Amino acid sequence: MIRKASEINETSPWQELTPGGEIYEGGTSLLVNTGDWRTETPLVNAEKCKLCMLCILYCPDSSIRVQGSQELKLDLLHCKGCGICAEVCPFGAITLGREER
Amino acid sequence: MNYNFKQEVQKPERFVGGHRLCAGCGAGIAVRAVLRALNPEDKAVITNATSCLEVSSFLYPYTAWQDSFIHSAFENAAATCSGVEAAYNVLKRRNQVQETYKFITFGGDGGTYDIGFQSLSGAMERGHDMVYVCYDNEAYMNTGIQRSSATPRFANTTTAPRGQVSYGKQQNKKDMTEILAAHNIPYAAQTTFIGNFQDIHEKARKAIYTEGPCFLNVLAPCPRGWDYPTAELAELCKLAVDTCVWPMYEVENGTWRLTCEPKRKLPVTAFLEKQGRFSHMFRKGNEWMLEDAQNYVDEKWQKLLSHCV
Repeated sequence: MIRKASEINETSPWQELTPGGEIYEGGTSLLVNTGDWRTETPLVNAEKCKLCMLCILYCPDSSIRVQGSQELKLDLLHCKGCGICAEVCPFGAITLGREER
Repeated sequence: MNYNFKQEVQKPERFVGGHRLCAGCGAGIAVRAVLRALNPEDKAVITNATSCLEVSSFLYPYTAWQDSFIHSAFENAAATCSGVEAAYNVLKRRNQVQETYKFITFGGDGGTYDIGFQSLSGAMERGHDMVYVCYDNEAYMNTGIQRSSATPRFANTTTAPRGQVSYGKQQNKKDMTEILAAHNIPYAAQTTFIGNFQDIHEKARKAIYTEGPCFLNVLAPCPRGWDYPTAELAELCKLAVDTCVWPMYEVENGTWRLTCEPKRKLPVTAFLEKQGRFSHMFRKGNEWMLEDAQNYVDEKWQKLLSHCV
């Protein structure tokens, strides 16, 4: 039986899957790239950011964290580019724009 | 209670990214806000009614939850949770479980107001130590925006469409928080995302750490169903509160209390005009709809004020 989510894919034989579709680890969705849904990408202006952390509360994708309590860190693998963070920022420190890929 | 949200947001995340909720979905924000109120050392069992949240956060083999999660069907989320809670109590009594577990159920408005209503009512009446959180996005968004009993009057949905013979939903929204308060449970409240989330955090904390059945109703905007640009979620929530469309109150052991009173009560049009689902109300000849919506909100607001201390 394959228990690790990272080892289960479309080619895994059904006999090897966990019974009842149970999942034995937490937070395995972190393996999923939902960042490619994005059409616009948030960009943090570190000079304007006062680290008030309001954006972290409003993010539906848990994609903003504070790194070493010094600066905001965006998780672009999961950010879907909804733009709520840019709208709630009282200092205009987050802008949405096109991203070079 | 001291609320230091900078400390709160740095707690380990219990609902992680990579779930497939739409961009800008209010459900993800609601879940994060409620789970943040848990003490990091406490474990939780999450029960989910079938909903957008369920189908998006738990796709084999990917779960967005760090805690135990169980889903069985649409109509029985509260019953499932009460069963788990009862089993936990037995195991705890026999000393087979040492840790503290908290039991939280999430349901959408369809799974709460309509389909899961009987099991919710039953679980509240039996007095299980659990929290039922409804994230109310005011229609069956998961299956394509069908009307529910939480859909407000005049809203355009696919099963109550606007057009030449119909003006959207004909009936007013059911008042679920009031119905739950009438179960005489220790704590029932309604809230949404405002400012620095103090309101939702404190209510979630009270609901989780009050013994007995508690109910939390969270207005969670849906960009698809409400038809607005995703970035405007915070503004819509604020307008819902400022226009008294979604009053913020709590009922603690039978005592009603307003937790956030608008500084200046805005006309309901301020909330309606932001959303495409109400756009037909602003066409010429439909002024009666706006008047009707305003009267309804005023009436409900006065009634609520008369309950509150």
